[in-house]
Amino acid sequence: MPTRTRFAPDRQLSVRMGLTVFLLGLVYVAFVAVLIVLIKSVVLIVLIAGGLLFAQYWFSDRIALYAMGGKEVSPAQAPALHAVIDRLCALADMPKPRVAVADIDLPNAFATGRSPKRAVVCVTTGLLRRLEPEELDGVLAHELSHVAHRDVAVMTVASFLGVLAGLVARVALYSGMLGGRGRRNNQDNNFVLVALVVTVVSAVVYTVSFLLIRALSRYRELAADRAGAILTGSPAALASALTKVSGQIATIPTRDLRAAQAFNAFFFAPALGAQVSLATLLSTHPSLQQRLDRLADLSRQL
Amino acid sequence: MGLLDVLLGRSRPVKPNLDVLFAIPSAAQTLQAALDLQPTGTGSVCFKSAEGAAAAAAQTDLTALLALDPATRVVVTRDEYGYTWVTCTRPDADLPALVTDLHAVNTTLADAGFGPALLCTVIGFTTTDRGRRLGLVYLFKRGTVYPFAPTGAQTRDTALELQIRAELGADIPVEPDLARWFPIWGAPVP
Repeated sequence: MPTRTRFAPDRQLSVRMGLTVFLLGLVYVAFVAVLIVLIKSVVLIVLIAGGLLFAQYWFSDRIALYAMGGKEVSPAQAPALHAVIDRLCALADMPKPRVAVADIDLPNAFATGRSPKRAVVCVTTGLLRRLEPEELDGVLAHELSHVAHRDVAVMTVASFLGVLAGLVARVALYSGMLGGRGRRNNQDNNFVLVALVVTVVSAVVYTVSFLLIRALSRYRELAADRAGAILTGSPAALASALTKVSGQIATIPTRDLRAAQAFNAFFFAPALGAQVSLATLLSTHPSLQQRLDRLADLSRQL
Repeated sequence: MGLLDVLLGRSRPVKPNLDVLFAIPSAAQTLQAALDLQPTGTGSVCFKSAEGAAAAAAQTDLTALLALDPATRVVVTRDEYGYTWVTCTRPDADLPALVTDLHAVNTTLADAGFGPALLCTVIGFTTTDRGRRLGLVYLFKRGTVYPFAPTGAQTRDTALELQIRAELGADIPVEPDLARWFPIWGAPVP
């Protein structure tokens, strides 16, 4: 018996995300090719950058929980929160992630962990206090979609290139400055030239990959919004949660904001509040208006 | 999910498996023989109701369809988590007929496009002295069943549940992952 679903797939979003991933891969390949031509000992740099990123990926759950002060809670400690997640996981047929609560007033939620089996979903007490049950449902469905889409793995792999390029730029710049001093023969001049080219190429790669990664992050937020809204069947509840959370983040004192900034990529809504035109290119999350528009489109399909 | 789905951030709504439900009557005989648990004649289908006109129309269809069977009483309620429960009660406690009714509810919802929104079907059992309550919870997305035996507001009889798991293993597919045996406090059944 064919089971119909009432949602048409969002091809535009898929195409854009596919294009971003493709461009990122292209930049990656081009960068590695340039590296191999210019410097002979690439292995060490790749090993260092790879090792750092792998550690970040492997311990992502513990790092994020520790930094945000999130504590894992048992079903006895937070029965309502567990009940909501139990039901959503049964609907989506995914393993239940661990549940954590961070005792801060910034209303937000994040999901982390290297695989769906090792995932943690963390909400802040500020979020629990402010949202209605249906809105909380929407936010948790959004976070569970991040887990299902393996966003931690995808974003870690995607940001590998950027970290690598930044590292290479710095190493090449220092070695160029050190090597270029004092001695004046042909070989050294060549070395300085090579170091300079590597620095410039790395800086360019870093910039381009940075912009692409931010774009990818925004598309994945939209994808998680969409999947979450389809799972709960009520885009309006998620939209209303977004308005509440984004509106209140702007009024939170600055100290909290800076403490939370490093984790923006995994958050439900970015902690910096409304941003102006140029900044949208650099932000990890799409603008509130854009997210609300997408959810309204989905709502009309119902 | 395939690699492409991961790269493009897509998740496909999971389609329900409706047919395992018909194996419940044979499991009920085992329950009666081994643990003196009898069907109460009450069963309930739980789904996440979506917003919009289509959802409202499907619920109207449902009530019209089930009103055709005079022996079954149908009550629709909403719980605190925003899920809708369609509870069917047969005073004669005829389990095969109840299962057919519940299957009709599920099919109506699935045909209306609510397949991915179906959460579970619960069928109620009780001991002769009405001392113990048990719900057999059927998970659509997994195609498996698990026992849920509430003893109070927030406590469950895990020993009884594990006993039932051992008894029913041959009759119906029992959910192997114990982490998915989530409690349904406050549900109309059991």
